[in-house]
Amino acid sequence: MHELSVTQSLVDILLEEAQKRNVKKVTKVTVVIGELTGLESESIRFYFDVLSENTVAEGAELVFKMIKAQFKCRQCGNIFERTNFTFNCPVCGATGVLVDKGKEFYIESIEVE
Amino acid sequence: MEEIVIIRDVLEANNNVASENKAIKDERNILMVNIIGSPGAGKTSFILRAIEHLKVPCGVIEGDVTSDIDAKKMAEKKIPVVQINTGGSCHLNAGSVNRALQSLSFDNGIVFIENVGNLICPSEFELGEDFKLAMANVPEGDDKPYKYPALFTKAKAVVLNKIDMLPYFEFDKKFFYDGIRALNPDAPIFEVSARTGEGFGEFAKWLEEEYQKFRQNK
Repeated sequence: MHELSVTQSLVDILLEEAQKRNVKKVTKVTVVIGELTGLESESIRFYFDVLSENTVAEGAELVFKMIKAQFKCRQCGNIFERTNFTFNCPVCGATGVLVDKGKEFYIESIEVE
Repeated sequence: MEEIVIIRDVLEANNNVASENKAIKDERNILMVNIIGSPGAGKTSFILRAIEHLKVPCGVIEGDVTSDIDAKKMAEKKIPVVQINTGGSCHLNAGSVNRALQSLSFDNGIVFIENVGNLICPSEFELGEDFKLAMANVPEGDDKPYKYPALFTKAKAVVLNKIDMLPYFEFDKKFFYDGIRALNPDAPIFEVSARTGEGFGEFAKWLEEEYQKFRQNK
């Protein structure tokens, strides 16, 4: 649900960057989203279409790079991604600890004309 | 066609105001605690009960989509309080807390921010708080750390409220604790009941220590 305000910030930054460079049209935007942000790409896409209307970013293609959270096994050191309802290591079954990945949320690049 | 690398944090505008809030509340000797839990988790009752036990003076910033029911409960107890109505938004942002801080006539103590009841959105927005407190409760189930990992990752401490309800619900404490420990190995977990007052002595002692640390580190 917080995707509306998040997408507004995204569009604000895009327009600022575009203006700085005298860009007439933004054709593509690449956004990196970590799993732990809880952000849902489909909602961002929906709001983006509405919020970018009548701006240089109207019609731009949104590309999302989704980053999974990763855990490190306390026992065997294996790095793994979680499955539903467990944070345990798929190799040895011991408990895992979150490593610092999955909290990303930034604009990586834009393509312009 | 030209590709331009940008690398800009999408939430930078909010984060800048959050930094401003942090400076303001530090100046006023306020330790600010952002409480995040689902609707009906018992956040308001928890704050009222905690204030009863705390020796440090406290104020409250209430966040709700609409209504001032919670703020009135605080005001009845003569607790300095400011109500924020988000008007539909599912979380507090740094801007609304900035305005609330301006109208809150309270310094030198702890300010609880009661965020909008929601386990997802509020965890994404920095408010300038010293730390987040994640609140789970027994009736809502033991799976919350698995379903809402972001909040439990970012919280400095976790409160499990409604502990008096344990005999009536199938709540697997080990499963709950295991989930939190995977995300946040060192966070203290406080089992409390805002209804009976159980567990608040320990929580108040911890928070008072945090407040002392905050004052000493300044």
